[in-house]
Amino acid sequence: MKSISEQAAWYQSVFDAFEKSLNGEAQSGFHALRKKALNRFKEMGFPTTRHEEWKFTNIAPVAATPFTPVPAGMVARIAPSAVKRHLIPQGHSLVFVDGHFAPELSSIGKLRDGVIVCSLAEASRRHAALLERELARHAPGDENSFVALNTAFSLDGAFVYVPDGIRLAEPVHMLFLSTGKPQALIPPRNLFLVGAEGQVSLVETYAALNDGDYFTNVVSELLAGEGAIVEHDKLQNESRSAYHISWTHIVQQAGSTVTSNLVAVGGSIARSNITTVFDGEKSICTLNGLTLAAGTQLIDNHTAIDHAKPNCESHELYKAVLDGKAHGVFNGKIFVRKDAQKTDAKQTNQTLLLSDDAIIDTKPQLEIFADDVKCTHGATVGQLDPDQIFYLRSRGLNLLQAKDMLTFAFAADVVNRVHVESLRERLESLIHDKLHEGRISS
Amino acid sequence: MLEIKDLHAQVNGNEILDGVTLRVNAGEVHAIMGPNGSGKSTLAQVLAGRETYDVTKGEVLFDGKNLLEMDPEERAREGLFMAFQYPVEIPGVSNTYFLKSALNAVRKHRGQDELDAIEFLQLVKERMKLVEMDESLLNRPVNEGFSGGEKKRNEIFHMAVLEPRLAILDETDSGLDIDALRIVADGVNKLKRKDNAIIVVTHYQRLLNYIVPDYVHVLVDGRIVKSGSKELALELEEKGYDWVKEKAEVEEAR
Repeated sequence: MKSISEQAAWYQSVFDAFEKSLNGEAQSGFHALRKKALNRFKEMGFPTTRHEEWKFTNIAPVAATPFTPVPAGMVARIAPSAVKRHLIPQGHSLVFVDGHFAPELSSIGKLRDGVIVCSLAEASRRHAALLERELARHAPGDENSFVALNTAFSLDGAFVYVPDGIRLAEPVHMLFLSTGKPQALIPPRNLFLVGAEGQVSLVETYAALNDGDYFTNVVSELLAGEGAIVEHDKLQNESRSAYHISWTHIVQQAGSTVTSNLVAVGGSIARSNITTVFDGEKSICTLNGLTLAAGTQLIDNHTAIDHAKPNCESHELYKAVLDGKAHGVFNGKIFVRKDAQKTDAKQTNQTLLLSDDAIIDTKPQLEIFADDVKCTHGATVGQLDPDQIFYLRSRGLNLLQAKDMLTFAFAADVVNRVHVESLRERLESLIHDKLHEGRISS
Repeated sequence: MLEIKDLHAQVNGNEILDGVTLRVNAGEVHAIMGPNGSGKSTLAQVLAGRETYDVTKGEVLFDGKNLLEMDPEERAREGLFMAFQYPVEIPGVSNTYFLKSALNAVRKHRGQDELDAIEFLQLVKERMKLVEMDESLLNRPVNEGFSGGEKKRNEIFHMAVLEPRLAILDETDSGLDIDALRIVADGVNKLKRKDNAIIVVTHYQRLLNYIVPDYVHVLVDGRIVKSGSKELALELEEKGYDWVKEKAEVEEAR
């Protein structure tokens, strides 16, 4: 399916079958959005490396594969014991299997004060007005193939609503599990609405029970109200043959604080896009990211921070550890609009190359139209420091221990910024495992 | 314990050590002095296993074993320790975590049980006192943001925990004020035993007022040109290195 017309024809036929499976739901207001998005996708097709935004990330294998969503009736039943190791042992959990909500595996627990945590499908039945107002309002589907494709096939995902002034003590964990079904299209759609002065930690985890060339194409929209405090953590730990493309759109109202922590370790080709728009003054946005890639993995992280309003701060730290023939990409855009005076933006990108064949493409991109701002950016690419290795060895650690210790420290710098304790511990042991894995394969 | 025979070493083709011969027995303290660029630090680094130096000739035996064939970590596990002239900062690795891993690697090599967290903490608290080290430095990343004096103190603290049989102190006095110097030296003296040995590499005699050597060797242009008792250090302090340099040149001319 190299040409756009072939892609259009395939996804039209898939959509026709999908539409039939929806029954009454096909009459809903949201379905009109799906149709519109499908048409938009058919016009655009998948991007190629000729598109500036996809210059370093060749997604031809995604375009060439005929993906199909997994129908609700075909979803495998999973034993809770198989899910447990992917869950964090705290908070409210929503589990999805191949894109469908699995209530029997989920544990939402008690919610008070008008907080809503449920599947998007349930929300569309019970909170239709809220969804009508907010869903698909923040992610720009008109110019983006993947968002359009997600919208066209979106059926379920997570919905979290925190009313004004409510602070959720425990995190909400959303686990998107794949069974590794070949050529499955998994299009979760998440919507997070946090009211004024509300507070919540949101954790998205992508993991697989088996390897397979499935395709997770997820869109999350997060609206942080005035003075809200939100942590959004995402662990992308897809299987080695999988494709993962995600778009996280964050809108921050005045005085809000949003921290996004991304840990990307899985997939054959993976791209995360995180976009923040300041929709009010005196907001703070922190974007932290860590990529660990080995073998022939391609992991791409794109971030964009739109300083549309004055007096906002953004702090960004993205790190990558690349081994084998892995390819990492980082693109960090910062826009400072004409009126966004007193903007304070700092971006740092650091890459550690553990092998001679690993590649990093890094591109900080600052576009500044205001004159009274503080914007800094820096990118470093390097190897482990021989002086540090020698120091550790001279005290008795062997070469591998020394390298592991230094690499772990480099990576843990990002993970340490995660406030959800059980997740942080999980991530630390994941890094340990990945470093060990990388060594065996190389 | 240590036997260095006719050791030659170079870096990028430049000969730095030009035939060093030295014997150190258990229970002894040796001072190696010399002007800048004489090869003192190179000798320390070659003994610790730094790979930037090529040993072109000679032999080093540590308890009868060929030291030069060992990796740096093997040397450490066999009981050799070098306190760095410029201790390296290791961001993200806590001082205690590193030290515990190092100690357990050494203990494992010696056939001893690894220490658990509680046993290790007890040991650490006890050894910290030797160098009057601030407890806050334990959980900070190794040497990161430490002052010059704190770094040197931390080196001796590592030595106190690892209990090497042979410790090489590479310019441990540099960058220390007089109070810190006394504390560090006191720490070293408390670690001195009949079954271990210390090599103090220094430019100045100052440190040797506190760590009193049994032997003093003067290294000039990569060779030991003069050896003597602790009085030699005082003589050097008084007459300067030119004095031994000139003497060495005269002897060489003969």
